[in-house]
Amino acid sequence: MNSRSRAHSFKSDRNIITEVKSVNQSLIFELGSAEKSGVDVQDCDFSANLIGDSFRKEKIGLPGLSEPEVIRHFVNLSKKNYSIDEGIYPLGSCTMKHNPRLNEKLARLEGFANLHPLQPINTVQGILELMFELSKNLLEITGMDAVALSPAAGAQGELCGILAIKQAFEKKGDNRSKILVPDSAHGTNPSTAALCGYDIESIPSNSEGRINFEILKEKLNSQVAALMLTNPNTCGLFENDILKIAEEVHNVGAYLYCDGANFNAIVGKVKPSSLGIDAMHLNLHKTFSTPHGGGGPGSGPVVVSSRLSSYLPIPMVKMVNNKFEIIEKESIDSFGRLKAFHGQVGTFIRAYAYILSHGADGLKQVAEDAVLNANYIQSKLKKYLTVRYSGYCMHEVLFDDKFLKGTEVSTLDFAKAMIDKGIHPMTIYFPLIVSGAMLTEPTETESKKDLDDFCEKLIDLAEEAKSGNKNLFDSSPTKAVLGRLNETAAAKDLVLTYSE
Amino acid sequence: MRYLPHTSKIRHEMFREIGINNIDQLFVDIPKGSLLKDNIKISNHKSEIEVESILKDISNKNLSVSSASNFIGAGAYYHHIPAAVDHIIQRSEFLTSYTPYQPEISQGTLQYLFEFQTQICLLTGMEVSNASMYDGASACAEAVLMAQRINKRKKVVYSGLLHPHYIETSKTYTKYSGAESIFLPLNINSESERFNDFIDEDTCCVIVQNPDFLGNINNLNDLSQQCEKYGVLLIVVVTEILSLGVLNSPGSMGADIVVGEGQSIGNPLSFGGPYLGFFSTRKKFVRQMPGRIVGQTIDVNGNRGFVLTLSTREQHIRRDKATSNICTNSGLCSLAFTIHMSLLGEEGLKKISKLNHIKAVNLSRKIKDIKGVSLINKNFFNEFTVSLSKPAVSVVDKLVSKNILAGVPLARFYSDRDDLKNYLIIAVTEMINDDQMEAFIDALRGELQ
Repeated sequence: MNSRSRAHSFKSDRNIITEVKSVNQSLIFELGSAEKSGVDVQDCDFSANLIGDSFRKEKIGLPGLSEPEVIRHFVNLSKKNYSIDEGIYPLGSCTMKHNPRLNEKLARLEGFANLHPLQPINTVQGILELMFELSKNLLEITGMDAVALSPAAGAQGELCGILAIKQAFEKKGDNRSKILVPDSAHGTNPSTAALCGYDIESIPSNSEGRINFEILKEKLNSQVAALMLTNPNTCGLFENDILKIAEEVHNVGAYLYCDGANFNAIVGKVKPSSLGIDAMHLNLHKTFSTPHGGGGPGSGPVVVSSRLSSYLPIPMVKMVNNKFEIIEKESIDSFGRLKAFHGQVGTFIRAYAYILSHGADGLKQVAEDAVLNANYIQSKLKKYLTVRYSGYCMHEVLFDDKFLKGTEVSTLDFAKAMIDKGIHPMTIYFPLIVSGAMLTEPTETESKKDLDDFCEKLIDLAEEAKSGNKNLFDSSPTKAVLGRLNETAAAKDLVLTYSE
Repeated sequence: MRYLPHTSKIRHEMFREIGINNIDQLFVDIPKGSLLKDNIKISNHKSEIEVESILKDISNKNLSVSSASNFIGAGAYYHHIPAAVDHIIQRSEFLTSYTPYQPEISQGTLQYLFEFQTQICLLTGMEVSNASMYDGASACAEAVLMAQRINKRKKVVYSGLLHPHYIETSKTYTKYSGAESIFLPLNINSESERFNDFIDEDTCCVIVQNPDFLGNINNLNDLSQQCEKYGVLLIVVVTEILSLGVLNSPGSMGADIVVGEGQSIGNPLSFGGPYLGFFSTRKKFVRQMPGRIVGQTIDVNGNRGFVLTLSTREQHIRRDKATSNICTNSGLCSLAFTIHMSLLGEEGLKKISKLNHIKAVNLSRKIKDIKGVSLINKNFFNEFTVSLSKPAVSVVDKLVSKNILAGVPLARFYSDRDDLKNYLIIAVTEMINDDQMEAFIDALRGELQ
């Protein structure tokens, strides 16, 4: 069956298409044509080809456009996005900080961007040196003993850490079945543990937004392989029992895995090694500022203690006789490979430049300013919104929806109204344990003026809600490119590709 | 520090608002003994000039493919990227935005992802695509997991001509999925790969690569019929997506899941990443797919718009029952792909694919005339494999001194297979000109004499 007939075969169930009254911006499929191209390619004599009977005779259906049309299309599309470059992007747990442009420039140097991963090792000594130096820096920053650079993102970093833990137990012939995960954890934690064949037990949080230590103790036994803990946690709080937690976890022979998504709060201030952590991933696209790019690429190197170092995945960069080598063959203990080639190298270059630019003093200042900014927001807003947990927060402040009680305005409505104020909403409805959660992470790269402006807008909205102006929230956003979108219809009448 | 807006005076104003005297009051929850007394032991902050100079020096220690003649492929390819691509992906609105969780202010990202999904479906001949995976290898691994979810069978059969990194990655991902994997050995004669012996009612899926790791183009029609007969899912891996400009789509040959690497379109080699995994399948399997999916909808006023959809499959909702643990994907790489593919269009894609192929054919003809060289492929796209009269690693190392990156010795992947040590995989793209080909032929001839 060719692509055309496939496209026709599911046309009948497209209800949503008939409801479209107007189109904000055409798709390339409505603009281009098969005959047009924005790339001039030399013609060649194809008569001597060796394709054989697999030669594609049918049309693909891809439209082409000239360069000016392509530029215009995508530039106009870009204008429909909000970005950190135009204003605060306070998504909790996401660390939307400024992305230094120097790092973009450096990643594009010929001697980095144009390196094939399978070149002879002698021709890539520079990039291996960079990976080696970045590794050394990450180990100094975290105090840990070994690092795997290759995980492609935070979730793959978790997979790396849990697989290393599983491998460690298997090598000892210790067959453990469970992983403990707090109920406030990122969804990737239980999902990763399940991928590794573990049963997941959820540990409730206590009234202070931290893991319930007593219940944790009860659940810990010789069947537990690890506790996956985010610290600072997703409520924006430091797990102040961390040393006791680590001790109890280690007492039953289990490992302490730390989700390092929130490392920005403590970088340069605390070494995770001093907290009893055995393995932790670092999101280079969070703490180390590589751009999020609309959802990726990320990078999730994993640092581990000496107890786990021999189980890490391939490849590894090593220095042998003053020369850098890549270890590409599985050792006896390594759990294997997570992706093709050597990791998200383009992000390594950016992260290394970030670390050099900041230095030890700058990184510490990053954590301090990130925490300062979150507490500043908390302090200015606590009379207007409801702060879920008392006391100082770390790099993000968590509000709940109590302040909206009786207003008939939901957290979602509140978030959509923020859009009309020209700011991106915070993370909403996460963590799941807090009613109508609003997890707000300003990051260290926001100026006081921008924080003041942000707070003023939120205070305005909180007062509007309390004054009964429900209509303002119901109708929002009105100033965005589109009004609220029908997500239910999207999931019901699936239209996942364009067809005429 | 140039990236931090606060002055010390401002910080103190903020302390006053919070009601603290010094910053460490905010770090009270951290155990006393754990808070660092001294700075970590890396140097202090550096100026832009200094950082640029350090990284430039490091980059100069590498030999870039752009300053050599590059014949290396094997899963990553050096192609021309139109200047417009990199210009657009560096727009703030694309570069510095997050996952489009607030669709009203993320239509730019959502629409290009919808365009990307459509382009992938057209190329692969499938009905649905997700919004990208980390890379081809992890997409392949996720395809195997999906196949297991669909038919609940255990036996997974891997072609010996699947990229070794894809095999290794899938092995890792399926370690605890209950899969009973069969790895066919790499056999230089691809036609002798006997899948039929392994296809029966217990087989979950078969994974083949096309063109395969050695560059051969394989007709998958017989295999797909055999799979269909036993309810086995056929996973087709494409590591060089440019080949789909001249080759029948895997969908038209009966594939159930088509995954692979999209780096060739719009993305630099960058020593192996970040790359662009693509993932497409039949519509009936859409609810078993991993990763984000964008769907069309309407807003309150009836305007067409796009949103992330079917999120009930994903980890942030389903947690331990999710179809995958993936969250962050390769958003910006898929944008580069979409822009480059929009520039190429059908005509440009076909022309550039043909040019790649003809250049490879030309080189293969000249190379097999060299004494001591034989070509193993009958049909190939832009990559082929030769056996040499001496170990390929030594030949490749020698040719580096002539600024020629001669290809990938099979020994790089199969160091334990003595019978493969003389084999070399050679890729030719539009970036190679006639002079470079001649120089390669001369150098190789000289080396093998």
